[in-house]
Amino acid sequence: MGRDHVGKNYEQAPETVVSRAVRIALALLVAVFGGLAVAAPAVSAQSETTAGGTMRDRSGAEDEPLEGVKITVESADGTFSETAVTGADGSWQIVLPGGGDYVGTIDPSTLPAGKTLRNPDNASLSFRLNEGRNRNLLFPIGDPVDAPAAGDDGGTDDGGDALAVDVAPGDNKFIQLLVDGLKLGLIIGMCAIGLSLVFGTTGLVNFAHGEMVTIGAVTAYLFNGWLDWRISLFLAGAIAMVFTGFLGGVFDKLVWARLRKKGASLISMLVVSIGFSIFLRYVVLYRLGGRANFYSDYRIQRRIDFGPFSLPPKDIFIMGFSLFVLVMVGVLLQRTRIGKAMRAVADNRDLAESSGIDVQKVIRIVWVAGSGLAGLGGVLFGLTESIGWEMGFRLLLLMFAGTTLGGLGTAYGALLGCLVVGVFIQLSTLIIPPDTKNIGALLTLAVILLVRPQGLLGKKERIG
Amino acid sequence: MLAGILTDTIRGLIGDQAIYFALAAIGLNIHFGYTGLLNFGQAVFMAAGAYGLSMTVVTFGGSFWVGLFVGAFVFPVILALVLGIPTLRLRADYLAMVTIATAEIFRLIARTPGLDKWTGSSDGLSGFARDFYDLSPFEPRQRYLFNLFQGNQMWVFVVGWITVGLMLLLTYLLINSPWGRVLKAIREDEDAARSLGKNAFTYKMQALILGGVIGAIGGMIRAIGTQSAQPDNFITDVTFFAWVAVILGGAGTIFGPVIGSMMLWCVLAFADTAMRQGVSSGALPDWLLTGTQVGQVRFMLVGSLLIFLAWRRPQGIFGNKEEMALDDR
Repeated sequence: MGRDHVGKNYEQAPETVVSRAVRIALALLVAVFGGLAVAAPAVSAQSETTAGGTMRDRSGAEDEPLEGVKITVESADGTFSETAVTGADGSWQIVLPGGGDYVGTIDPSTLPAGKTLRNPDNASLSFRLNEGRNRNLLFPIGDPVDAPAAGDDGGTDDGGDALAVDVAPGDNKFIQLLVDGLKLGLIIGMCAIGLSLVFGTTGLVNFAHGEMVTIGAVTAYLFNGWLDWRISLFLAGAIAMVFTGFLGGVFDKLVWARLRKKGASLISMLVVSIGFSIFLRYVVLYRLGGRANFYSDYRIQRRIDFGPFSLPPKDIFIMGFSLFVLVMVGVLLQRTRIGKAMRAVADNRDLAESSGIDVQKVIRIVWVAGSGLAGLGGVLFGLTESIGWEMGFRLLLLMFAGTTLGGLGTAYGALLGCLVVGVFIQLSTLIIPPDTKNIGALLTLAVILLVRPQGLLGKKERIG
Repeated sequence: MLAGILTDTIRGLIGDQAIYFALAAIGLNIHFGYTGLLNFGQAVFMAAGAYGLSMTVVTFGGSFWVGLFVGAFVFPVILALVLGIPTLRLRADYLAMVTIATAEIFRLIARTPGLDKWTGSSDGLSGFARDFYDLSPFEPRQRYLFNLFQGNQMWVFVVGWITVGLMLLLTYLLINSPWGRVLKAIREDEDAARSLGKNAFTYKMQALILGGVIGAIGGMIRAIGTQSAQPDNFITDVTFFAWVAVILGGAGTIFGPVIGSMMLWCVLAFADTAMRQGVSSGALPDWLLTGTQVGQVRFMLVGSLLIFLAWRRPQGIFGNKEEMALDDR
């Protein structure tokens, strides 16, 4: 704190009686506070012109001062040049000869190991300074791709398309966005079925559901891109889906079933799920790093022109495939015994239990299937956009909006709501800047809670 | 080396982070511990304080003192109303979803390059705290309190802990007033409170505003302490640090959040410094842990703490199981 506020070298306002009284009172207070050395406020008669700052890594939750970083400030006309090295608290300061134009340059090679400038092109800052002023220079530290300068919109930007820049999108913006929105909605919907069914069967809002999405994408990436194994993306995706499904089952057995048996409240289960969400997210970051990653298959594709809109072939596949999967899920829920049992438990657990359904077994299957679908959704999202450690968490927020809109606890409602949310946030970019489009999701959430809190297909008694 | 670890641990125990998160946790304790509101967006209240102050001064050229008022009251109250009106009539988890989504979306908006002239985008805003430091009785270049803090840090330290003390006093007085008893009644059984003629929605809204204001003051002191308001200082995980502090110290107790925050940062600072020393001395090999990864291990630690506490010790360390535990309902 306060490390870069070096010296009181500002123009001092004429000291009024009030401010003097305040200062005396404060000084007294401080003296009482522990008999500490109270230094009289130093007021430099003439203010110096300075440039300074504090080099810190603010990418974590806590600032971390960076020591030993070299920063050079030169005047624009080249007559003045001085280099400062940051202290243990990361602060540095250079006294300048007077007002004028200056350039501050950081020497990136002196940054501690593992630290990089967030934007490596911004190692120099030009600034103009008036006589007697202090200028703070900021050199943000962080992962370069983790914090893209433009278009950081919550991971739903066309990160994958950034590679396919050779073709322009279709000529009808509205229809293009509509199609993009449907694609996004289908993927969110596939991810969200598990979230909604887990809520329906157990009452738990599972905040760790987004991490299943991430783990699915990262598992597929492990076999197709990360390691040099060259396993086809289809096989890698299948492995990822099986793995996330298995993981969901293991989680239910080791954590959630035990908590249910113990009679833990929904709130403490919710907090446990948040704990897992943070833990898993940072385990992924720890191994994967903060970059955006891409599968080695189907990386760059030429868009196919359909007239009013255009899509790369992989996006057409994604849309067709997710539609197929979702229809299959619908058929399973509607026609099979276990599907009917799932809907029955989600609808009314006590009634289902008393009519002879093994509720714990159904819940286990819901966890496996829901997590597997989330993993598969993650694989597809990674294919159309990019694979990153935060992708699942960001999608989770869209899933919340979609499932609430459709009706928490319902399978079809989740799907419908997610489609609407996907289309809505893409179309909203017609009016608002693309980087802020996820606001649309929040707005949907707020409006639906005000107007019809049970959601489009939900039932009233759930919301109480 | 050991001395370094010890100093850092003590600095964690009483230093700036413990202060910011103590305030955030006091607010959260009013939300969750006393009223039963699941606010998972305390980070956005902190950000409201930080941006209320910095935008008033930097963007609109207002005075620091007006900024303090905007940051402590105007922004967080508006935010609480926006968050509360759609959700407070519904089940507790709806507030959780809306708050966590708002916190993340606010951060994304704040770092949008298009809003650079308002929010300073991802670099944030700085240069708004000089009036505060001009009042400092400490010499900036001198070190105080057994060399723990520089002058300006010492000033934030003093003002910060005084604020924490005042907020604790305020909480104590309010919670032991008739108003506070209604809050607890709502926490225990909202229907019962309603049937006694208490307007649960209004009380919940007042609690949301009060806790939000205290959280915003914490965020504001953080902005003053770091002399910048940056979107990435208010990532959603910040909220969970405050949650750990509340549950660790004991939700529904007066001093719990403060003690929880001090213990949390003491543990984190100790683990951080020990790991960093291990990395730099080569005791921890590079494939296992690099300097960058130390910060990530901290979050894993926080996640594990949340899991452990919610599972095994929901009443926290000092909390009373009868009075308040996560397991109440």
